Amino acid sequence: MTNYDWPLYEVFIRTKAGLSHRHAGSVHAADDEMALNHAHDVYTRRNEGVSIWVVRSSEIVASDPAESDAFFEPAKDKIYRHPTFYEIPDGVENI
Amino acid sequence: MYTQGLDQKSAENETSMADEGVAAASFQARVDAEEKIEAKDWMPEAYRRTLIRQISQHAHSEIIGMQPEGNWLTRAPTLRRKSILLAKVQDEAGHGHYLYGAAETLGISRDEMVGDLLSGKAKYSSIFNYPTLTWADIGAVGWLVDGAAIMNQIPLCRCSYGPYSRAMVRVCKEESFHQRQGYEIMVELTRGSDEQKAMAQDALNRWWWPSLMMFGPSDINSSHSAQSMAWKIKRFSNDELRQKFVDVTVPQATAIGLHVPDVDLQYNEETEHYSFGEIDWQEFQNVLAGNGQCNRERMQTRRQAHDNGRWVREAAAAYAKKHSNRAAA
Repeated sequence: MTNYDWPLYEVFIRTKAGLSHRHAGSVHAADDEMALNHAHDVYTRRNEGVSIWVVRSSEIVASDPAESDAFFEPAKDKIYRHPTFYEIPDGVENI
Repeated sequence: MYTQGLDQKSAENETSMADEGVAAASFQARVDAEEKIEAKDWMPEAYRRTLIRQISQHAHSEIIGMQPEGNWLTRAPTLRRKSILLAKVQDEAGHGHYLYGAAETLGISRDEMVGDLLSGKAKYSSIFNYPTLTWADIGAVGWLVDGAAIMNQIPLCRCSYGPYSRAMVRVCKEESFHQRQGYEIMVELTRGSDEQKAMAQDALNRWWWPSLMMFGPSDINSSHSAQSMAWKIKRFSNDELRQKFVDVTVPQATAIGLHVPDVDLQYNEETEHYSFGEIDWQEFQNVLAGNGQCNRERMQTRRQAHDNGRWVREAAAAYAKKHSNRAAA
């Protein structure tokens, strides 16, 4: 076997100022600094970013897809949270 | 997300056979509805195994694929060509990393995959067991080998498994420069001296058939195809993709005065496709079995590179440990 066990990091890249960081993929690295260097080499060879975040995969807390129906259900029946729910008389504008 | 938090195996053990059937039916319904399957979603064990096999083989091919071209890095004819080739070989390493990352989401470790490559248990594309004898081979590899890879990879961008499809989108974006730089090398050689023209033709002669083999066995002999199509991992059959490749590539050869080395090659006005000669499947099987011209050399080089890098990995791990101890103190 290969005898090394570098932790996995998730890579997030801001493609240009004004946009959010977005998940790009993952890299293995011995430490945080190396993770940043690997992320740079692997995911931004063509100027794809102006900023990179790396975070250890084990630090991410994720919702369980098997529970996603129950988890997101409460939001689904509250259609009054959307503006289209409300009736506005014809001819009334700018609202 | 490329995280691997959920322990799929224990979750599965809790599922009874009846639940398994229901889950499999709803999984297939999701696939049929063109929904993407994500890393932590339930999936049939065979789907997971198929993807691990396919994605890791794909990753290994990218890594081994650096060798035939790496062979010419120090011998590229100009600085321009050298810079381009260096960028391309770096891309192949990057592609290997995207793909290993995608495979890891399915619950296999990077270590295990690399171990399987080094031990010879895992396979990689047969094409990389052919030698790059002249500079024209670098042209032929970019044009034909990357061209065939693109043909294969574009439909994979729509693969049902999210992490694999996203990796493929990234790969495909980068791949088209690979093919164009190769074709440009061929164009330049065909505009050169008689000797250069002959060199380009010789490279095409040697790379044409192995490139057609890259699409895998003919549909009638392809053991995995039907299930992969049903799971929407594959979108087109091996023979369909091979036909597409021949149809687009022959005119590219003709345009620069090169002749495709196939006496049976003929354009069929009715079907609007080229018909072409029989592939030497014996040769294909032989290379896959480890007896191609460069199989041993490729594996030896890979193992050597891995062994030579051992001290770097150990030093990096020791450095990280020292610093985390210092931070904790």
